[in-house]
Amino acid sequence: MTQLALVIDLNVCVGCHACVTSCKEWNTSGWAGPMTDQRPYGEDPTGTFFNRVQTYEAGVFPHTETYHFPKSCLHCEDPPCVPVCPTGASYKREDNGVVLVDYDKCIGCKYCSWACPYGAREIDEKQRVMKKCTLCIDRITDMSLPESERKPACVLACPTSARLFGDVHDSDSEVSVAIREQGGYALQPEWGTKPANHYLPRRKTRIQIHEDELVRADNPLKKEQLPSLPEGGETLDDVAW
Amino acid sequence: MHPAFSVIFLTTLIGVGQGLFLALFTGQLYALANLLPAQTDAFYAQGSLIALLLLIGGLVASVFHLGRPERAWRAATQWRTSWLSREVIILPAAMLFTALYGLFHYFGWTQPLFVISQTLPVDATLIVGALGTLATFLLFLCTAMIYASLRFIKAWYSPLTVANFLFLGIASGFMLAAALSAYTSSSLVVFYGTWAVVATLLGAITRGASLYRNSDFRCKISMQSAIGVHHAKLHQKAQGFMGGAFNTREFFHGKSDALLQMLRYGFLLMVFILPVLLILLAYLLESSRLPIAAFLIQYAGLVIERYYFFTEAKHPQNLYYQSMA
Repeated sequence: MTQLALVIDLNVCVGCHACVTSCKEWNTSGWAGPMTDQRPYGEDPTGTFFNRVQTYEAGVFPHTETYHFPKSCLHCEDPPCVPVCPTGASYKREDNGVVLVDYDKCIGCKYCSWACPYGAREIDEKQRVMKKCTLCIDRITDMSLPESERKPACVLACPTSARLFGDVHDSDSEVSVAIREQGGYALQPEWGTKPANHYLPRRKTRIQIHEDELVRADNPLKKEQLPSLPEGGETLDDVAW
Repeated sequence: MHPAFSVIFLTTLIGVGQGLFLALFTGQLYALANLLPAQTDAFYAQGSLIALLLLIGGLVASVFHLGRPERAWRAATQWRTSWLSREVIILPAAMLFTALYGLFHYFGWTQPLFVISQTLPVDATLIVGALGTLATFLLFLCTAMIYASLRFIKAWYSPLTVANFLFLGIASGFMLAAALSAYTSSSLVVFYGTWAVVATLLGAITRGASLYRNSDFRCKISMQSAIGVHHAKLHQKAQGFMGGAFNTREFFHGKSDALLQMLRYGFLLMVFILPVLLILLAYLLESSRLPIAAFLIQYAGLVIERYYFFTEAKHPQNLYYQSMA
């Protein structure tokens, strides 16, 4: 079975919000739209978004590190939002594992949003139904697009390629390899919801080097231990072979 | 969670309606066993009408919770998995049986259809009443399980939630029955008042237990687990928006601790202490007005209790909305 998902690399994300704006741009006029705004230029603007980029800071100044954290529906393999839906509007697609809402069946009771521990669902105040990330279902299943464009808008928009898209059940896919080899993890794994989306952690490349490795202890010429180089500098040419 | 008044009135109104129906049927059973003087059919019919109106009132309140109420019929389809769907099916069933119970009494269809063991005459009202009792208890279960089945919300995820809905609904319904009996100068005031006090005290035990359970609330999930950054010092700098969002409106109550404490003491006083004292006083003074006051105070207290019930619930999604820079 296929389970499409995003893998988001927190080591690479710079928090530019390009995924947020491209998501809104694509989806507001597409299958999942409209994503309405209320008071967009007023004092208290609000609106429907499928994707947000949040920012967290770890540590205490000056030893801090900033994390930009894109947050959208994780398309859980065991989605708690689906069985609670009284109308069957919330469903998980059998063929690719994407969790979707049928706007024509949704009664806007918000019970699914209560049942989601990630806060991935938002009610649209204009259409009065629940909305959420669709992984751009109308893009990724559109066979008239070239294969390179059959990806969610956020993935195509990301300028740093922090977002990968693919089938996490295919062990050879780009996303599976990334999860496996770069420490991919799921959010709030304690609940057992098995989120399909994964995140890649910050990674630092440090070499473990010891003091004695900086000095050639076994140098037969003991060059490093000379008090000072002779005038003009001694070179290897001075050594009689 | 943000307290939704539509749901507060839904759960409290149908709770009273269900409790009142149970009170009427209990009265009939006691009369059948000759433990109480038989009441007139008009008493049962009037009581059923009030119970039905309360159930309808709850249903009307629930409509305001929905974004698309015109499609509410669809909510009956997922009864296999959704407690909300089960409630949507059971509520009309309970209304139907309550209406039939009242109608059968109103038209006086109380001639025994058959007699069990030559001692128990079974008439149509008894059958409908038994079915209504079953529906009423199932409705308490469904309503409470909507909350008690949400495993992410620890404050609700407990059998105590079911016990609270059950006992508080029964208590308020019997309290209303006592008030109605007092109003119509029926002899059942003491009977209903006694059971109302018993149910109130049982509710006090379970609600007290759930208050105690939730007093040292600690979320199972930390911000470290929520975003997967395992740094001991982690805090949020931005939520991804400058204004509000559904996530900040639906899952936060935004009330101060002082107000919540006041509400807690308020509902403990109004749901449990005052009604019991008033019923005792009514018994001593043989007053016909005090049971009515007891019911009104308890219902107002229940609205506060249900409001507090929502503020008790801490949703794990709030971990993503801790601060805004």
